[in-house]
Amino acid sequence: MEVYLDNSATTKVKPQVLRQIVDINENYYGNPSSLHRMGLEIEKKIKQARKSAAKIINAKPEEIYFTGGGTESNNIAISGILYGAGTEQNVVTTRIEHASVYNTCSYFKDKLEIRYVETDKMGRIDIEGLKKLVDQNTALVSVMHVNNEIGIVQDLNKIVKIVKDKNKSTKIHVDAVQSYGKLNIDVNNLPVDTMAFSSHKIHGPKGVGGLFVRSGIKLNSITFGGGQERDVRPGTENTPGIVGFGEACELVYSEFKEETNKLDELKRLYAKRLSEEISDMKINSSMEDDGAPHILNVSFKNIRGEVLLHYLEQKGIYVSTGSACSSRTKGNRILEALKLDREYIDGTIRISLGYFNNADEVEYVVENIKNSVNEIRKIMK
Amino acid sequence: MYNIVAASFGEIFLKGKNRGKFEHKLIEQINYNLKEFKDLSIYRDFGKVFIETKNEDDMDRIIEKTRKVFGIVTISPSVKTGKDPEMIIEKSIELFSYLKEKQNIKTFKVKTKRGDKNFPIKSMNFSAEVGSRILAAFNDVSVDVHNPDVEICIDIKNNCYISSEKIKTVGGMPVGSCGRALLLLSGGIDSPVAGYMIAKRGVEINALYFHTYPFTSERANEKVKQLKEILEEYCGKIKLFSINMLEIHKAIREFCREEETTILARRFMMRIAEKIAGENNMEMLITGESLGQVASQTMKSMTVIENAVEMPILKPLVGMDKTEIIDRAREIGTYETSILPYDDCCSVFAPAHPLINPKLNSILKSEDKLNVDELVESVLLTLEIL
Repeated sequence: MEVYLDNSATTKVKPQVLRQIVDINENYYGNPSSLHRMGLEIEKKIKQARKSAAKIINAKPEEIYFTGGGTESNNIAISGILYGAGTEQNVVTTRIEHASVYNTCSYFKDKLEIRYVETDKMGRIDIEGLKKLVDQNTALVSVMHVNNEIGIVQDLNKIVKIVKDKNKSTKIHVDAVQSYGKLNIDVNNLPVDTMAFSSHKIHGPKGVGGLFVRSGIKLNSITFGGGQERDVRPGTENTPGIVGFGEACELVYSEFKEETNKLDELKRLYAKRLSEEISDMKINSSMEDDGAPHILNVSFKNIRGEVLLHYLEQKGIYVSTGSACSSRTKGNRILEALKLDREYIDGTIRISLGYFNNADEVEYVVENIKNSVNEIRKIMK
Repeated sequence: MYNIVAASFGEIFLKGKNRGKFEHKLIEQINYNLKEFKDLSIYRDFGKVFIETKNEDDMDRIIEKTRKVFGIVTISPSVKTGKDPEMIIEKSIELFSYLKEKQNIKTFKVKTKRGDKNFPIKSMNFSAEVGSRILAAFNDVSVDVHNPDVEICIDIKNNCYISSEKIKTVGGMPVGSCGRALLLLSGGIDSPVAGYMIAKRGVEINALYFHTYPFTSERANEKVKQLKEILEEYCGKIKLFSINMLEIHKAIREFCREEETTILARRFMMRIAEKIAGENNMEMLITGESLGQVASQTMKSMTVIENAVEMPILKPLVGMDKTEIIDRAREIGTYETSILPYDDCCSVFAPAHPLINPKLNSILKSEDKLNVDELVESVLLTLEIL
């Protein structure tokens, strides 16, 4: 039995998406910039994909730019804003951001001040702290919507209100790679400026993503080329990727409620069954409304997450672990920022759910986690 | 310019009656190293091996790969011609002109070796003739027989070969000319160097890798495979065995004292290696131990570890400093791979305070608590060839 529970890393492409990708490669291989009919045909398909991607977050199609993926979208937005910032300015972000945000902000550390807002054990941003950090010189606030390790959902409405109340001209970038297609997002009622998302987290192809840039916001270019994607992301469009992404968006949109409910129920079932079966276990993810439906992060005392991962892979079960053994390089930046207990941090795994998972798998997985944890504890005692 | 590589052997000459066999092994290895190249002809001519290519563009890479063949001491990129004296002279001038374009040449010397005594002109006379024709062709050079900028060597055998440089190679003896041994290959810096050094003395090596999956990652296997592939450029095909030691570690952990773990585990590794070597016609084991480097490599530890087996254990690095080993690993090309971070939890079974002066008696007593033979047999079932 194969149970893929690493959907926050990447997902399996849906068959309908795959068909689109093949179709574009076979029949619509023209360059959208070409003047002839083949160029026009693929241009129309990209236009359709842009609409599909836009409606997931209730944006206008012209506010969507296709990119090479989530990392690139975060780079384009953050650098695009910070290149234009003055040296007296600052940027406010968190220590639990994805590397493509954390490292892009860090790149500017010699130019301007990087301020980190604290997060609690669950990864929730300290709202009072945020209030203090944002000031007249804050050029950018960059926060992730859903944390990829632990699944906490930030209260974007509150964050945006606080930031804009303190400084109307502060730009807000949201890394929505983990929440796009999983949570309700309505940029019409959420005045963020830019938002990054990715195709391969929602069963679309890899190598394509999107960036929402609110009308009227101008980003400094970080790459230069032939004007594609209105200069935000020049280079010949990844047409099969974009059309495949569009199809993935359509599929998500059409079953949004059922799917997110299913994921949430699965997550709760895993949490419940694991807690019942295994002692000395901690659930690190929030089980309240501010926990994403597809991410369950758990720690087992006195084991190593990596070893558990290898035990499970032998049974066809694929999970992930952010933690590395503490004897080696520093452990995981995000888990450390979340201040997990020392005796638990090494034994952390992440179960992340997707479209192809179902309740029939749960007992098989729980049984194998239980046996593996017992075996590892016996050996490592 | 060059279309052939001339390879000279070293010690094979000393080996009297075995010479034919050694030369055969050597050519086998050259063939192995150069298997990616098309249109090659490899043959012997008067005690040298020649590698001829129809694609001059391959020359640099052929030289690079031939340099790594144990048993060759020097190689010379050469121009092959027939034996018509006038043709040899023309080609010599052409080669000289080619060299002169690449480097600043003021002085030169011509040296002729006449392996084929039927060649009508005596060596000294022919050298003088070629020299004077070069002088006539280039007015800004002169002859210097003691310290020339370049020496044109004309080697007359069944064919004639003209060259100007000798490239030093790795030396040693042809792999397979001197028996077979099993290398205990970890992912570290030392063991690949140890394997290299023994293979250099003509030993055909195979390798054995121990892991503790799922306490280690399958990615660690990939690293060891990479090291094996680098060694194969010198040693020829290496069979890589792998064994999962987990059952043994579990037993040691359950029944023995933690500080004895490393010694006990190493003794098991030797036993397993001896078995695999014996079953595969290998006569000795090779380890990368260097005296005093870590706890298991003190005199006492080595004695206790060796005591577990009868098969001799070769330790070519025993007297080398770590820095010397690292230098050697860099030369061979294994260093960069060896230092890649291990994607595993290596420290799970490593004791915090390993014994440095183990006593054989107490180790034997600890082993009494384990069913040694059964454990060895059980992990041998995990044998895989990577």
